Formats: sequence, structure tokens, C-alpha cells
Amino acid sequence: MVEADEVLDTSGLSCPMPVLKAKKAMEKLSPGKVLKIIATDRGSVGDIPAWAKNNGYELIDRGEENGKFIFYVKKPE
Amino acid sequence: MAEEKKKKKLCIIVSKGTLDAAYPPLILASTAASMDWEVHLFFTFYGLDIINKKKNKSLKVAPIANPAMPMPVPNIIGMLPGMTAMATMMMKRMMKKGNVPSIEELINMCREMGVRFYGCQMTMDVMGISEEDLIPVDACLGAAGYLDIASDADVNLFI
Repeated sequence: MVEADEVLDTSGLSCPMPVLKAKKAMEKLSPGKVLKIIATDRGSVGDIPAWAKNNGYELIDRGEENGKFIFYVKKPE
Repeated sequence: MAEEKKKKKLCIIVSKGTLDAAYPPLILASTAASMDWEVHLFFTFYGLDIINKKKNKSLKVAPIANPAMPMPVPNIIGMLPGMTAMATMMMKRMMKKGNVPSIEELINMCREMGVRFYGCQMTMDVMGISEEDLIPVDACLGAAGYLDIASDADVNLFI
């Protein structure tokens, strides 16, 4: 199980808000730390991995919890 | 980031000033900025309304000649006074319900993330719009100035 250093809950928000909020959260995060992103927007299934790849962040795990989409994104060292 | 990778670049010509047409360029611009892309928006013709301080809080969507409205309105009814205001109100309510940010919020987020805004100088001259009428822009450009910026973009769109 991946340990998250910070959690960002974007439940209820639609495109493009999950990635915009995630960007702000990642900027505050220290290198090497992991952000857990929770989303209900179905677009986020493809959006978060694409967003992470473009930023050079590592998507270390993903899944679903209680019908919500979960992503673990690591900021590079 | 310290690495020397060139950022991806998105350039959009924003040519329409209706509420529905204002969303796609601003959503794409803010999203691209959040993906660490360099983003340039060139507002021309009615697209200038989106960054016009006097107009951008009252962008509208018209039901007339618009068969795609969620509740189709026959053109003869769409012509009646108040129908555009009603369609606009319905759309704003729909976006709010879907937790989609307002145009104003999207503009602010774009600016915060470093999206570059340009006004089309020719449109401004023809329509009598001055730079003071606009929200702060990075520059007012002509076609050649825009093309110079767009020439090495990874994604170029006209909306």
C-alpha cells in the first residue's frame, strides 16, 4: 500500500478543476513526497495520468475506493 | 524543473464571444498550464469580449439558430425578448450545478498559472476598443506577431 504525504479531495468537481487543484497541491509538495488525489470526475481517469506525465510526476499507483477514483502521484526528487 | 526539456506549447486563436464558446479555450488553456505547458491565447474579433472588462461578466448564449440547446427552442420563440437572457441563465445554472468554474474564475486561474493573453490590435482599432478596456494583457498584436509566437507550437487551435 502506498503512503501519501498529502491528500487532495476533488470529489464533485468537474474538468478542468481536478488537474488545476492537483497542480497547486503538487507545487506546495516537497520533492520526493506523494500526493493522493481523490476524484469523482470520470474524465480524471485519463486526465490525471496525462497531467502527471506531462509534468514529469510519477503516477505510482491508482485505483478505486467507494466508487471514487484514487491516484498516487510522486513529485520527483 | 531544472531539466532542459523544452516545454510543450499551446496557442489558441479565440474568435468567439458567446458564453458557450468562451469555455473551451479557457478550459484547454488552464489545463495545459497545469500540465507545465507554455500557453498563448490570442483574442480576436468577438473573442475580445472575453477579456473586455465591460463585457466579460455578461457573456451570453443565444437560443436562436442554436438547435443544440439542452431544451430546444424554436427560432420563432428564440426571437422573443428575454429568451437570450433566459438561455444564458439556464446555461450558467447548469455549469454551476456541474461544479464547472465561471468564465471569470477560469480567466483568473489562467493568469495565475502564467497563460499569456494577447489582444488583436486590428480588431481593437476597428471596434474602438482600447487596451484599458481589457483585463491586463501581455501585448496587443497583429497577425504577424501572433504567427511568430505560434510558429513553433505543439498544438495550434482556432476556436
